[in-house]
Parts: sequence; C-alpha cells; structure tokens
Amino acid sequence: MANKVDLKISLVGNPNSGKTTLFNLLTGLNQRTGNFPGVTVDKKSGNLKLDNGQVAEVTDLPGTYSIYPKTLDERIVLDVLLNTEHAQHPDVIVVVADASNLKRNLLLFTQIRDLGIPCILALNMMDVALRRNLKIDIRGLSIDLGVKIIPTNSRSGDGVESLKKAFTQKLLVPKKPFYDFEKLAVESTKSIKAKFNLESDYKAYQFAQQSKRLSFLSESERESIEEIKEENGFYQIPTQTQETLGRYAQIFDITEKNVKSQSETSSVINQKIDYFTTHKFFGYAIFLAILTLIFQAVFAWSEGAMDGIESGIGWFGNWVSQTLPEGVLNDLVTDGIIAGLAGVLVFIPQIAILFGFIALLEESGYMSRAVFLMDKLMKPFGLSGKSVVPLVSGMACAIPAIMATRTIENWKDRLITIFVTPFMSCSARLPVYTLLIALVTPDEQFLGIFNLQGFVLTALYLLGFIAAILSAWALKIILKTKERSYFIMELPSYKLPKLKNVGLTMFEKSKTFVIEAGKVILAISIILWVLASYGFNDNFKNAERIVTEEHQELVGTEEFEVKLNAYKLEHSMAGSFGKLIEPAIAPLGYDWKIGIALITSFAAREVFVGTMSTIYSIGAADDDEATIKEMLSREVNSKTGEALYTPALGLSLMVFYAFAMQCISTVAIVYRETKGWRWPIIQMVYMTVVAYLAAWVTFQIFN
Amino acid sequence: MKNLSQLKLKEKAIIKGFTDEVLSVKLMEMGCLPGTQVSMQLIAPFGDPIAIEVAGYQLSLRKQEASSILIED
Repeated sequence: MANKVDLKISLVGNPNSGKTTLFNLLTGLNQRTGNFPGVTVDKKSGNLKLDNGQVAEVTDLPGTYSIYPKTLDERIVLDVLLNTEHAQHPDVIVVVADASNLKRNLLLFTQIRDLGIPCILALNMMDVALRRNLKIDIRGLSIDLGVKIIPTNSRSGDGVESLKKAFTQKLLVPKKPFYDFEKLAVESTKSIKAKFNLESDYKAYQFAQQSKRLSFLSESERESIEEIKEENGFYQIPTQTQETLGRYAQIFDITEKNVKSQSETSSVINQKIDYFTTHKFFGYAIFLAILTLIFQAVFAWSEGAMDGIESGIGWFGNWVSQTLPEGVLNDLVTDGIIAGLAGVLVFIPQIAILFGFIALLEESGYMSRAVFLMDKLMKPFGLSGKSVVPLVSGMACAIPAIMATRTIENWKDRLITIFVTPFMSCSARLPVYTLLIALVTPDEQFLGIFNLQGFVLTALYLLGFIAAILSAWALKIILKTKERSYFIMELPSYKLPKLKNVGLTMFEKSKTFVIEAGKVILAISIILWVLASYGFNDNFKNAERIVTEEHQELVGTEEFEVKLNAYKLEHSMAGSFGKLIEPAIAPLGYDWKIGIALITSFAAREVFVGTMSTIYSIGAADDDEATIKEMLSREVNSKTGEALYTPALGLSLMVFYAFAMQCISTVAIVYRETKGWRWPIIQMVYMTVVAYLAAWVTFQIFN
Repeated sequence: MKNLSQLKLKEKAIIKGFTDEVLSVKLMEMGCLPGTQVSMQLIAPFGDPIAIEVAGYQLSLRKQEASSILIED
C-alpha cells in the first residue's frame, strides 16, 4: 500500500477479549496478512482513514495475558512495544479489555500503561457485562487508571466510531506510573535507563526483567544488562512476583470502587453446554461427530466448486493455446504455467471450507474444550491437548497446521507436534489418491456395506494418523529436555460465532495459500516443462530422424507423433533423471516414468498428477483425469507385457505418498519454525525411509 | 495442607500459597492470587486436566500444576 501512514496504532489485549473482531470492524476488507520481520508470526494490519484526513495503520498484535510472554506469539508483543526501531512500534496503543472479566484484563493494561506510550482502553464486551449485572463507573475507572476509556461492543459495532474519533485527539501520557515498580529495582532501572538512553523507567525495568527474551538486543548488550543486574542484586522471578501482586492489589481496590454488584459465577447455560462437551461419553461423541462433519464437508461440499474451477481453467487453457501463435511460448504457457496454476487453484474450496470450520470452532469457544478433552489421551504419545488443533488442520495443509503449533508453550511438545503433523493426510495427497484409487481399485461393495474405493481412502487417512501417533511416541522416548511441560489455558465462555470473522479468515487463508503455494508450484511446473522439453544428448536432438528410421511405415500418421513424443520424453533431461533413479525404485514396482513424477512431486505432492499427465499427454490435447486414467491403464510393463498399474503398484504408490515428505513448502516452514536445518532434514530423511519401506512391504504383499 | 488437585467437583476453597516459584508467577498473572476463592468446575473424563473458576472465569490446568497451588477450605 503506497499510502503514507501518519499514525501507527497497535491493538493489544487478552485472548478472547474480542480484539480481532474489533480489528475487523476498524479495517474491514482493507487488511492484509504478512509476517513480522524475522519471524513467521502472522502480522495482521490494515489502514484506516481518520476524520481529520490522516491515515492510520492498525496492527492486531497476538493476544497475551501479560507483558511477560509464555509463547512465541506473545513474544512479538514485547518486541513491538519495547523496540522503538521496530517497523510496527506504535504511536498509540489500544488495550482491548473484556469488561465482563475486568480484573484479569486490567493486569496487562497496567503494564502497557507504564511503558509511557499514549494509550486508550477499549472496554469491550459491554453487552456481556450488562447481562451479568455489572455496573461499571466508566468516569471513575478512567480517573483511577489515568487513561481515556471507550466502551465498545465489538459484536454490534457500538463504540467503534468513538474509538476512531479518539485517534484524532491528543492523548496525554500520565507522568506517574500506575504501579511503583521502581522500589523493586531502583539502581538497576536507573543504570539501564542511562546506558540505553531509554525514555521510560518501566522500559528500563523490562530490559532488566526480560533481557534474554528481547530479540533486538545484541549479545554484548545482554551481557551488560546481566552485569548491571548482578551488581545490584536483581532477581527476575521474586521481583516479578512482587510486581504482579502489587498490581493486582491496586486493581482490586479500583474495581471494588468502580464496579458494582459483581457476580463471580459464570452463566448457567455455559455450565450446561460444558456438561455435554466435556462428558466422558457425549464429549467424545460430539468431538468425533464434528470431525466427521468437517471431513465430509471438505470433500463433499467442495466437489462442485472444484469441478467448476477445473473446467474453467481447462477452457482458459484451450483458449490460450488457440490464441497464442504455435511454438515454444504457447507450449510453455499452456503445458507449463496454466497446468501448474490449475494444481493450486483447485484446492481453494477445500482450504476455505476447512479454515471456515476451524474459525467457527475457535470463535464459538469449542476448540479449547476439545483441547481439554483430548489432553489426557494425547499425553502418553508425547503430545499435548493443544496438538489437536495442528493435527486436525494438518488434514487440510501442513503449512498452516505447523504455524498453529505456536500456541504450545512447551518446546518438546511443540517440536513433536511439528515433526508428526506432515504425516496427517493433507488435501494435496487427495488428487494422487483419487487418481490411483480409480485406476486400481474396483468400484464394488466390500463386506456388504463399504464401497471398496471409499474404504481404501479411509484406510489411507487412518494410516497417516497412526504413523503420526507412533512417531510422536518414539520421539517422546528419544528426546530429552530440561524444560518443564505445563498446561494453563482459559476456557472462554461460549459465543455465537460472528460470520464476518469466519468469512474474513476463509478469505485470508485461501489468499495466503494461493500466493505461497502458488509460487513454488508455478516455478516447479516451468522447470519440469523445460526438463521434459530438452535433452542432454544427441538422441534427443535427432529424435525425429531416429524414429523415422525405425517406423518408416508410420510417417505422417498420428501414431507416429505419439511414438516420437514418447521417444523424446525418454531421452529428455527429465527422462534421464528418471532412469537414473530407476534401480532404486524398481523394488517398489516403479519404472522411470513414475521416477520422474516422484522427483517433480518432491516440491508438492499434487504435482504428481500434473507430471503424469504431462508425461503421457505430450501430443494428446486433453489432460483431464479421465484421460490420464485411460492412458495409465493402457501402460504396459516392458518386462512382463502385462498392465503396469496393478493393484500392488497402485497401493504401493499410495502408501509411499501417504508417508513421504513430498512438500518443499513444509520443509521451508519447519526450517523457519525450528530455526535451523537440523529438524527439517531429520524429518525428511525419516519420512522418506518410512515411506520407502512401507511401499516396499505393500508391493511385496500384494504382488 | 491441601492442594487444589484434591478439591472435589463443585467444592470451593481459598488459595493460600504455591509450592513452585516459576509456575506461581504464571498462575498469579492468570488471576490465581493468594486469598482468592476458587471452585472446581470440571474434571476431564480420565481425571485430568481440570477446570476451576477463578476471578470470574474458567481456567483449565493439569493436576500436576494444580497440585502446586495450596488451598484452605
């Protein structure tokens, strides 16, 4: 966005305080998801035009309970607020607080207030507070806290206009901090403030408290802070305990004075819903039913849309190939670029539906109940209840799923979850499964009730889940850690999901997927096209002459074209690579053509189908799945003279794809999330070995 | 002294202190302060984790963490 930004605003608040809903109200569709520099935490920001003509950039910071972060996401808040050089360092902070749960929400507010950055307190969820018979004296609260307060209701949108107006006014920063933290560390605060030339005392105090967590400090700066702390006898934990107790004591006095008729019990409806969602029978039944519904929806509801996208792109491809002059450019655009793009765009319906469901579950408050319910069952396998969300998301795509592991505080639990999530059968495996199942599994009933094709598909998904669980268990035994695992999580009260938020999530996630995955797949498609269209040796150059000599009787017929193209492919660069690895994959029943597909689909699994159609269809015009299927079923094993695609080969290939780490984007995201090459490499080697062995065993059993 | 993991469903108690310093800071930030009333709200099907009501909201934690919170009826 080229607009000049006059004012930078950060939204800060507890999780479940309605902060993101408020952000959506402020920015609407005028928002974008990016990354914070250097880390992969999603940064959501958007521009807002103010009444006085100024443009404000609003950033939605991750939800946190305090300025002392527990998770990686929460650490961003600290970095943005304490580092004045940070691109998102705000001119104004809006602290969003849940009015119905004021005490706990005010802890974060009082910490932020003391940083000395102009602040507004948005007292959100006023409707819930009213329903709970809480009478809040906003004027009194405003005076006692020393801040401008705007009551808001992010569900109805009340108060948003007043908030926008407040951005145009001059905000005063109170001279005296809310809590007198200085008495806890007079000397350390003073020395650090002088050394780093800081504008606020609380910032200096935070430097002392969190020197190890502040990513923008250099190693020598950290050391000098450590020295100052040692000289003055500053100990983090006891000081932080004192500070928290002191802040809460003041908050209790203030809420006592300004909030009347507090009822401390949660609503009766909430308790009734909890009775069922965490029940030892109904709880699991509900969870299973929701998973089944999601699963069904992702596959059944998306069918029409996916067919539409496919035929739309097919039509577009035909139009382009007829419009562009024939030649290399035409081939590159239609066989390389458009074919590659089709592979990405076709997944949009599935990705959107899955993220729609996940957003619904999170918005409604159900997700944390699922975590609560599953924690004990996941623990023996080295996973935590919080691993449930990534594992379920992994059925759509491992990339956002691995990013979702950031809510897991414990490093070992998180690493194990990252490691095993790619085993969950993602939507990219689906086209591979669909093609191969249709090819080798008869469409008939099995045990009277199951459709055999559906049964094989379900078995493949189960296989992925079992591999994930067993690998997690193995890792739990191997990995040693000093860090203690703990589990402290709010169970938010149930809410009716706001459809606008769900819609925005679906839109944002689909957009990110198309852009991120699209780049990789597009590049690979072009490379593949080049590899298949050019050769290393003279055989490729002289293909036409050699084939003419061999099949003189066919010259001029269509069959000659097919023979020529097959010969060219065999002697192209791609063919040479395929032949190179043929000895290694022969025990699994694969030939060099499958070898090419294995190599190219290392970038992304769904490329398999595209590659197979490129390999078999150079010459043929149509490349929809029915014809690929026909071409594959006609393929003959050169040694036995029988059909190459036997059930044994098909199953072996499917098992290989179920286990192998055939996704360069996942490798990249694991590299970023684990900050190094060690884990992505171990993961890739491990998954490939498991895939190879499992495919070999499958082939031997069924052959 | 009793700890929070021994509380039965719907029982109430007052937080008296903590046995684990590092954990106590995190718990206090979440509103589990000495002198605050807590009540047992939910116990997950296999006995763990649990959910308590504290400071006007529901907080879930594992028994292991709950046992570091000392309580008095």
